Amino acid sequence: MAMLEVEDLNVRFYTDDGVVRATNDLSYRIEAGERFGVVGESGAGKSVTSLALMRLIDEPGVIESGEIRFKGENILEMDDEEMRSLRGNEIAMIFQDAGTALNPSYTVGEQISEAIRYHLDLDEAAARERAIETLESVGIPSAAERYGDYPHEFSGGMQQRVVIAIALSCDPDLIIADEPTTALDVTIEAQILELLEEVATEYDTAIQLITHDLGVVAEFCDRVMVMYAGHPVEMAPVEDVYYDPQHPYTVGLMSSIPRIGDDRERLQTIPGRMPDLIEMPPGCNFHPRCPYAEESCTRVEPRLVDVETGEPADPINSDAQTAACLAHTGELDGELDYEVTVRGEDGPAESGPASGSPGVTDR
Amino acid sequence: MSGSEPLLRVEGLEKYYESESDFIDRLLGRQKKVKAVDDVSFEIHEGETLGLVGESGCGKSTIGRSILQLRKPTAGSVYFKGQDITTLSDSDLRDLRKEMQIIFQNPQSSLNPRLTVNDIIGEALDIHGIEGDVSRDARIKDLLERVGLNASHANRYPHEFSGGQLQRIGIARALAVDPEFIVCDEPVSALDVSVQAQILNLLEDLQDELGIAYLFIAHDLSVVEHIADQIAVMYLGKIAEIGTPEELFAPPQHPYTEALLSAIPEPDPLWDGDRILLEGSVPSPIDPPSGCKFHTRCPRVIPPSDYEFEQEEWRAVMSLRHRAREEDIAVETFDDGAPMEALREELDLPSTLSDPEAERVVQEALRSVADEEFGDAESLLSETFDTPCSTDKPVLRETDAGRVACHLFDPAYEAGPNDGTTTGDGPAAGSAASGDD
Amino acid sequence: MSSETSQRTTERGRIRVSGFDVDRVESREPLSSWEPDLQSEAGRGRLEYAWMRFKRNRLALFGATTIAFMVLLAVFSRPIQLPSSFPVLAGQTVQPFSLAPADPAAQDVITGYREPTLENLLAWPSAGLYLFGADWAGRDILSRVMYGGRWSLSIGFIAVAMALLVGVPLGSVAGYYGGKVDELIMRLVDLLYAFPFIVLAIAVIAVLGRGYWEMILALVVVGWLPYARIIRGEILSVKENEYVTAAKALGSRDRSIITRHILPNAMAPVIVQATLSIGTTVLVAAALGFIGLGLSPASAEWGVMLNVEQDAIARGRWWAGLFPGLAIFVFVMAINLVGDGVRDAFDPQGDQTDTDTGGLR
Repeated sequence: MAMLEVEDLNVRFYTDDGVVRATNDLSYRIEAGERFGVVGESGAGKSVTSLALMRLIDEPGVIESGEIRFKGENILEMDDEEMRSLRGNEIAMIFQDAGTALNPSYTVGEQISEAIRYHLDLDEAAARERAIETLESVGIPSAAERYGDYPHEFSGGMQQRVVIAIALSCDPDLIIADEPTTALDVTIEAQILELLEEVATEYDTAIQLITHDLGVVAEFCDRVMVMYAGHPVEMAPVEDVYYDPQHPYTVGLMSSIPRIGDDRERLQTIPGRMPDLIEMPPGCNFHPRCPYAEESCTRVEPRLVDVETGEPADPINSDAQTAACLAHTGELDGELDYEVTVRGEDGPAESGPASGSPGVTDR
Repeated sequence: MSGSEPLLRVEGLEKYYESESDFIDRLLGRQKKVKAVDDVSFEIHEGETLGLVGESGCGKSTIGRSILQLRKPTAGSVYFKGQDITTLSDSDLRDLRKEMQIIFQNPQSSLNPRLTVNDIIGEALDIHGIEGDVSRDARIKDLLERVGLNASHANRYPHEFSGGQLQRIGIARALAVDPEFIVCDEPVSALDVSVQAQILNLLEDLQDELGIAYLFIAHDLSVVEHIADQIAVMYLGKIAEIGTPEELFAPPQHPYTEALLSAIPEPDPLWDGDRILLEGSVPSPIDPPSGCKFHTRCPRVIPPSDYEFEQEEWRAVMSLRHRAREEDIAVETFDDGAPMEALREELDLPSTLSDPEAERVVQEALRSVADEEFGDAESLLSETFDTPCSTDKPVLRETDAGRVACHLFDPAYEAGPNDGTTTGDGPAAGSAASGDD
Repeated sequence: MSSETSQRTTERGRIRVSGFDVDRVESREPLSSWEPDLQSEAGRGRLEYAWMRFKRNRLALFGATTIAFMVLLAVFSRPIQLPSSFPVLAGQTVQPFSLAPADPAAQDVITGYREPTLENLLAWPSAGLYLFGADWAGRDILSRVMYGGRWSLSIGFIAVAMALLVGVPLGSVAGYYGGKVDELIMRLVDLLYAFPFIVLAIAVIAVLGRGYWEMILALVVVGWLPYARIIRGEILSVKENEYVTAAKALGSRDRSIITRHILPNAMAPVIVQATLSIGTTVLVAAALGFIGLGLSPASAEWGVMLNVEQDAIARGRWWAGLFPGLAIFVFVMAINLVGDGVRDAFDPQGDQTDTDTGGLR
């Protein structure tokens, strides 16, 4: 049993304009100590996923169906008291904007020790001590002195460190990091990613990292889920996603990013834009933007399948590369004829079917 | 790159702001100057793109706006087609606005929410009385199609469009007056990956078709590398390095360029490059460091020639000096029994330095710190260990690959024992990956 | 798997995807009838959305109906004749209806007070007369309350409109240009703010004397301050928007930037404040009337009616003070409901469509 198992999660928002289908039959798992990446563009339903884990979906949103099992217990059936002790204590969250995640009218020390006192039942002095230790562990110099400083006295990068310290303060088993470095400069981003990596190893904490930055994912994650319009379209170990993507959307994303050292004149990108989650295209949601789409894509909604076998995926028990594209179930007449090449690798062994799309080109 | 007069030439551009102050401060003249842009020069040729990269607060957006005279520069000149436009009258400037335009980072706030797309683009046409042979509506329709939008959406309001579509409208507005030069102020930073690529492609297509020159401001080096013919890297209001992308990414590099480049997360899970982690964050531009503005974070500061320093030792001493200056050492929290040991540990100083003479000075400085006499420690350190990096301002000089503003590449300072160029990339990675020594 | 054969590297940009052919999408016929639509329905401006939200707010609608009803009663209580100074149509009756049961000025001093009685109220067909009783001079209070709305309401609306005309331009200039102009205008505002609202109004009336326009002037002198302040603050934030910079970059003139780009986006809080302060203005006008600085004691302005009957309740003649007081209360309540509604309509914080798209990012 994995530490976190999400099964067939459906989140809906009932708005005046219609029903927003924020996540659709979303299933995944995170093992203890694992780093799991959720990638997608804005409006793909990434953040809703993390809010659902914390049960922080507000009106008019509803978790319509599905199960979220944390260490075997269904979070969605817990009462408020149990949920409160879970939040912060076993599952913690790091937000994109550290500036607004911290309360400006309390010192950072108070904010950390508050969480510690609440969850670990320590007295004030012990909580203070632990708070200072945590601040030190996230690399804040002169932690004891800065304990009494207010958030505005910290720079953006330092604020994000404080937010990480708060998340770490109770030694959680899972940290949900929602775009933790998006608001930061690259040099600061590098510091924060390094820090997250360090603490994750040191405390053996699992991290669900939500981001739109494919560079950050490549660097940080073990396994990745790519989301499009509220659907998981591909899930695989990180190397497979980058070297051997199996869903046209993932391929499009990979070819859209400008890479340093890449001398392409033009970026091959995905045309159009993501549909809003109220009125989605029929069949495969991606078909209006997909160069490989056929008539059958407008009729059949593809399921997440194992790309090797074409069998329905079992994301909770298996690590296999899965993708939701008709090409993998033999329902597509054409081929996904893109090619991924890696410069500097031995030519023939790497090019062609080996690095392209084996499950497809073979048929 | 022709030898002729460039389309745009910026010379010694400076823009100072008064720091925030109230009525009384203004009355008493108690104001501090913030040097947002400090003596910047560059040129852009017709149909060319100059990329301007740097972290937030380095003054790159201010440069864009100062060139367009949206903010009057404090000093310096901006020559557009050979004419200094900083001295133009308001009405001459208004005519010039046909030739220079701007597109913005945030597509939501760059379009007036109360006007329709038709009004927004039409405004540009109306101001300059541009109509030509075709009617206003036809021209707007043409512009919308050129940027890849459905012309039937002209009567919609901005809030009905997605971010990428809004950015296209912003581009159409800039194109309406047929400019020759556009300042692109982080035009893709707020957009998703696939939309970002669409907009980059659109900008490139427009450049090919219409021969527009861009000043492309961004914080993302990989985007700039893709689109720019020349790249300027900025740090605290100054250009640290300027050159073509190839030159910029080849040594010799400014240590800041090197760090900035190494910090970009590579979308390749097997990429395993060395990462140079810079200490701390960008200093405040109100009270910038002396000499080279980067020296407080630089991993390759030139050590003083009178003393023998290992690279890490020297780095640690610099950090001690920096923190003494900022009074950022919490002395009272250290163990009373052995404050010196605790201090050395906090500062990553080895228990004894290799040069006994230097060790003596550092010990004295540490004692001052322990007594919280930060000023004494700072002045002692800076007087004894003087490095050109903290005293002399570097200037942009020609190197084998681009122009770099760093004393490391200045023959005048080559006396130092730890010249970065001779030891290859060792010192560069020194402070970050010190494990292999 | 291919990845196992790949080695770790320090080289950037190794991976290249080719063959993701965008042209195929652009050149083919759409596969399905689904089309990427815009984010909301066609061509609705923000004002329209605000109006839609306002219409959904029942309390605010109730308030608006009440105000409309009171305005109609005031207008149709007695016929309106154009003043004789009016060109061409001098002396013509433009509004012939007369809903008030009696002439509000018709006295019956000999009988004096009349209590409103239940029999009178329930009588059918209703006589109309003396439903609210009569005051010391035997004047029908119902008629006076209806007719008095002309004074009270018009003072409220006109004073606020004029205060807007003063406050908005001054505040705009201060906010847009900043510097010395700003300093000058805002210090003047601070100065006037240092006096209590009512004291300043009293001072103005003491200088100018009593009268309808004098009263309005007094109310404007103190009334423009909040608008100037609010609009200045709003403009300071709106002018930071990039569309303002864009307009400057296009070479728009200052006047057009202010009126086209800044003011329309800064007016919402001012409109809310103005709506709410119609109520306060009516209250202040009534208060001035009550302390004897309002209109002439013979007029039917609600505050004046209260003033004349100051001691009525103590003497057991509750109706003489109750009904004009009630009229003021109902009007101010209604205006506040409308004001709250307008504020909610302009501020889409509670709007569902906006919150959830935010959450989906």
